[in-house]
Amino acid sequence: MGLFILRRVGVMILTALCLTFVVFFLTNLYPNLEKLAKTQGNFRMTDAEVASFLEPRGYLEPLPIKYAQWLGVLPGHVSEPDENGEVLGRCILPGMDAEEAPRFCGVLQGKWGLSTVFKEEVGGIVGKRLGLTAKLMLCVMLVMIPGALIIGVLAGMREGSRLDRTLSTFSITTTATPEYVSGVLFIAIFASSAVGLKWFKGSATSAMDDITFVNFTLPVMTIALYGIGYIARMTRASMAEVMTAQYIRTARLKGVSFGNIVMKHALRNALIAPFTVIMLQFPWLLNGVVIVETLFNYKGFGWLLVQAASNNDIDLLLAVSVVSVIVVLTTQLISDIGYVYLNPRIRIA
Amino acid sequence: MEPLTWTGGLGTVLNPLLLIAVIAFVVSVVVQFLATTFAGADRIRYGEDGVAVAEAGFTGLSNNALKYSFYALVAVVLGYIVVGMFLGHRGAGIIGALSAQMAPVWIALILTFAASMVYKRRLGLYGKLFDSPVGMIGLGLVLFWVFTAIFTGLFDMIATHEPLEQYSGMKNKVPGTPLRGAEEGDYAWYLLGGDNLARDVFTRVIKGAPIVIAIAPLATIFAFMVGITLGLPAGYYGGRFDTLLSFAANLILAFPVILLFYLLVTPEIRATGIPAYMAAVLFAFPLIFIGVLLNSRYHTQPSVRTPLLIIVLAVGFWLYASMVSEWERGTVVDLLPAWMDLFDIPGGVLVVFVAVVFVNSPTVFRIVRGLALDIKTRDYVAAAQTRGEGAWYIMLWEILPNARGPLIVDFCLRIGYVTILLGTLGFFGLGLPPESPDWGSTINDGRKLLSIYLHPALPPALSLLSLVLGLNLLADGLREESLKD
Repeated sequence: MGLFILRRVGVMILTALCLTFVVFFLTNLYPNLEKLAKTQGNFRMTDAEVASFLEPRGYLEPLPIKYAQWLGVLPGHVSEPDENGEVLGRCILPGMDAEEAPRFCGVLQGKWGLSTVFKEEVGGIVGKRLGLTAKLMLCVMLVMIPGALIIGVLAGMREGSRLDRTLSTFSITTTATPEYVSGVLFIAIFASSAVGLKWFKGSATSAMDDITFVNFTLPVMTIALYGIGYIARMTRASMAEVMTAQYIRTARLKGVSFGNIVMKHALRNALIAPFTVIMLQFPWLLNGVVIVETLFNYKGFGWLLVQAASNNDIDLLLAVSVVSVIVVLTTQLISDIGYVYLNPRIRIA
Repeated sequence: MEPLTWTGGLGTVLNPLLLIAVIAFVVSVVVQFLATTFAGADRIRYGEDGVAVAEAGFTGLSNNALKYSFYALVAVVLGYIVVGMFLGHRGAGIIGALSAQMAPVWIALILTFAASMVYKRRLGLYGKLFDSPVGMIGLGLVLFWVFTAIFTGLFDMIATHEPLEQYSGMKNKVPGTPLRGAEEGDYAWYLLGGDNLARDVFTRVIKGAPIVIAIAPLATIFAFMVGITLGLPAGYYGGRFDTLLSFAANLILAFPVILLFYLLVTPEIRATGIPAYMAAVLFAFPLIFIGVLLNSRYHTQPSVRTPLLIIVLAVGFWLYASMVSEWERGTVVDLLPAWMDLFDIPGGVLVVFVAVVFVNSPTVFRIVRGLALDIKTRDYVAAAQTRGEGAWYIMLWEILPNARGPLIVDFCLRIGYVTILLGTLGFFGLGLPPESPDWGSTINDGRKLLSIYLHPALPPALSLLSLVLGLNLLADGLREESLKD
């Protein structure tokens, strides 16, 4: 088991390296750098001015060297002193003396770089936004997991019954409703000032400071709904399979009541598969978060991703991708390990 | 010109009926729910000949009530559509006018369903779909949009205006507003209102259908070709090749989809030509797939194989080259002179297409690989190996046909997923031009004023929902029917 986890962590690090390199490569293509220079400087820069903007900042060094600097394996880029004797460098923060700056400043040293959009340290921004998104995710989980499991178990315990048909149709409908459709429908029904019920607010901006039922319900429901259908269908399938097992038939024949069969005999075995599915839902939830945060104007991690990507903020974008890769791969690892613990029939060598 | 009401004169007759039907249906659903939860088991009586007869009792009554109130509801809704189709806007308001515009679609739907019902025993899996109500509803929804796309895209029917046409004074007007200053030959109303640039919402929704219906299935087919061509050998051979490809697939899957879209579908990246090279690689897979497929089947008969391969590959390569090379002539991939180029795909559409194929092929790869791993242990594969068949023959003509069930189901689901992805791209304003009438972009346009004006955002949202729902129900029906074998 220890070896298995070790190997998985190794693969995880390798994946993260490859992924960040891809992101690094794509964001450092010359047209992207040109756009960066123009948004930082001014939009009417000539080609020569663009080059003279990029060169001292170390953007024009060869890609592997830049990547190693970002990682913190090579010393950070330092420019030649310009006519005023000022030195620009990767590790020299604004207002810092060039002499005091550390030589290495990469991810390995805990330095995530400086965001070109927000003019702040990336580490701080990402942490703050992740905190906001964590609140959102927690609420989503609290709604989604119990909801999905209840629907799935109710539908799967009597396969083919009318209750099953109704709940299955419901879960198929929710999987067919992407967040940007259900969000629009929810706003139209519950928040519109024209014809809607006006129960909730169509914007979650105020929820960043103070979460209330009124401003947080719609975003949470929008993300949860898409996940509910999928998890419920998996739970239903696994429940329906368990209900046809021999030991359930034995229990029925010896006269155990239906409620007891479901609660005491079937449920534990039926919940093994949904556990994996719930864990593997995290990457999908990340997508939902991006859409919902844009739609409801909640400035969390997803909003940050959109800001970083649309402004080609290289360091921020890399940090965002590292975080999301770690989330994806860690949940995969947890789902594999948890599966072994829940299902003693499976052993990992 | 009077503004149209939703149901017009027909409404005075049908609206009360609809109200009654809805109330009856809701009441019977509640009663049914209570009955199944609280009522005891049905009483069983034994007749004189010893046959057990269950009395209908209260449960039976509530079942019947539910059934008939549901039929009544469906009948009233059909009434709106059918009568509306004949009365049009004169007697049946907006719904009638919509139904009259949609007339070709209704006729095509009825003809298709009638023909399929009659010949359903001879139509294989497709015919079996007509045994399951879920599958039929799904197929109906999908065909509705397919026919809409065909009639608008190819014959320019159904839509009432042009998708980019603006009329002064029509900005954000509610559904049914008469067109101000309409001239002879103009359709006199904005049936579903105007959007914030005074364009007709109905026309834009209808014109959005061909975009989705053309891109989504095609992109799914390409993703399947890539996934199958790589997944079969990965599962069949295993080893290093498998490890490498699985790692690459997991790598792509670990990317958040939206981040990948933001990285691939920007004008800056398009200027570097990376999507063009990706297109050149990804679009080559169907060519490889078909070539290997035919070669492995006919390589024992060179007299058939050689001409067949030459013709198929030449045509295929021509299509491939004209698909890849038109984009920004001379800068990136340029395989054909202009006079040989068959068709031009606008750059934005091609980038979107490449991105969607790229995101979907790893999942298909994993599914195919898993199926190949499972099927290669079967006896008929061992038999083929003993006969001395080539590896590709076994993969493509023994394993692949036997994996078709799950693949067909996943194909339907994946078209729905691709539709969602296309909507996501439009929602973030990536790829397709901002004035394009595709549903994602229209939802994105409409959401900004959503709390004041609902009508620009709701129709595209509901259209996308109904198409994806149809595909999911269709997949469900197919799965059920294919499992019955």
